[in-house]
Amino acid sequence: MPASTCGETSKTTAAFTLNALSQIRFVWKPLVFIACLIPAILVLTDALEITGRLGANPIEEIQDRFGNWGLRFILAALTVTPLRQLSGWNWLTRFRRMLGLFAFFYVCTHFLVWLLLDQRLLMSAILEDIVERPFITIGFTALLLLLSMAGTSTLAMRRRLGRRWQQLHNSIYIVGMLGVWHYWWQVKLDVREPLIYASVLAALLGYRLWRRFRKSR
Amino acid sequence: MLIRKPPDIRSYEITSETNYVNRRQFLRTSALAGGSLLAGSALSAIVPDSPMAELPGVIAGGYSTTEAPNSVEDIVTYNNYYEFGTGKSDPVNNSQDFKPRPWTIEVAGHADITGTFDIEDFIKPHILEERIYRMRCVEAWSMVIPWVGIPLVDVIKRFKPTSAAKFVRFETLHDPARMPGQRRGSLQWPYREGLTIAEATNPLPLLVVGLYGHALPNQNGAPIRLVVPWKYGFKGIKGIVKMSFESRQPVSSWQMAASHEYGFYANVNPNVAHPRWSQARERRIGAGFFAEKQATLMFNGYGEQVAHLYAGLDLRRNF
Repeated sequence: MPASTCGETSKTTAAFTLNALSQIRFVWKPLVFIACLIPAILVLTDALEITGRLGANPIEEIQDRFGNWGLRFILAALTVTPLRQLSGWNWLTRFRRMLGLFAFFYVCTHFLVWLLLDQRLLMSAILEDIVERPFITIGFTALLLLLSMAGTSTLAMRRRLGRRWQQLHNSIYIVGMLGVWHYWWQVKLDVREPLIYASVLAALLGYRLWRRFRKSR
Repeated sequence: MLIRKPPDIRSYEITSETNYVNRRQFLRTSALAGGSLLAGSALSAIVPDSPMAELPGVIAGGYSTTEAPNSVEDIVTYNNYYEFGTGKSDPVNNSQDFKPRPWTIEVAGHADITGTFDIEDFIKPHILEERIYRMRCVEAWSMVIPWVGIPLVDVIKRFKPTSAAKFVRFETLHDPARMPGQRRGSLQWPYREGLTIAEATNPLPLLVVGLYGHALPNQNGAPIRLVVPWKYGFKGIKGIVKMSFESRQPVSSWQMAASHEYGFYANVNPNVAHPRWSQARERRIGAGFFAEKQATLMFNGYGEQVAHLYAGLDLRRNF
């Protein structure tokens, strides 16, 4: 299914003048890029107490923020295709890779804060957590999947992998489920926020199933 | 490992003895005065009705750690108090309109003296002590907090529990109009906790009415809360309105929510992991960005005072 909706088809290109394409490339993409960096910049400026504060437990706060943004970007990347199909805004596809890479970036920083600041590279504790705490096992699995996708996100890799590229990148659906599950399981009692993420994910995946079901009939 | 600072122990023994004598003297005097109020007496515990007002007549109690206490800011802005919301900053943000007065505490169950007492009368016969305790949260973070309160054991003795009293059960105020977190069913309200009578009559548990020499802020459990320093923080029930002497083991709110994760005892134990996080180490709040976590001590370092309470008990099963 997503193989046919990947974007760079001749039909899409024809809809744009060269001017519009370069506008996306040189104006909109840099702007979106900077906007996507804002949560990370705010962590830095809050740590320096310029824009705000990180509170009594700054490591936990940073880890939570990066984790939340990782999940939001996963959902944002998953929103591109449905939104494009429903609205007809084919240019949206040009931002999908960037959103996916930012998802990877925030999940990575979330992981690195845990590794370097929370666990201080204490190998015994890290391995124990990954093996014995299911919610960390789940999160770590999602990170590895994202890593494989980020590593093959270039056009060259995409050409080289051919059909298998799409199969590999379909694991974003699994990453979304693992991410929400990771968050849900980690919460002590109040599941309101994980429930919001779960609902959005269910809608995004449900839409795809519905579309596939309708097509196959 | 636990018996590291012998001088500490000697000093607490001396202090605690002095307190004991003082208390006896005070009780005798008040008995002579026909139980009348010794208003203004330095020995009579007075708690101002506004949070953060200075508490008069506080003496230095025993059992205090020499570790540096956390800043007031850390202690009053990073709280778990689901009655005011489940986020760490919800209690400070949502409790400022809460009025901890008028306040009564009901004493019930297997005791010679029962009834409903005004908070002033409840604490008046006692002496306010400052005790600097370690506080270890089940979420693997910790603080050092200079509490002000009265030893629970003294309060319990006053009400003369009968031999049928095997447990003490506590309840928090249930008033959704005043406690916004109770408008949703995150935990089963009212919040309830319990101790065995042996735990409750150990010298360590404190009924706390203040911190840093000032009346307890709302977000920390005003006007009166429990502090049991060798147990995880959630055992320290806040905003107490009821204390009852029971013959059967009470069920706590967290046991009701997830009994496989939170047991009745909830003793700090580095060897028994919570299903979702290790309890071997803890993050000391305020230690800074680059500070390493520290090893968690058995019974939060209070083993010398409390380990005997659990002799022969399998702590892996009775977590």
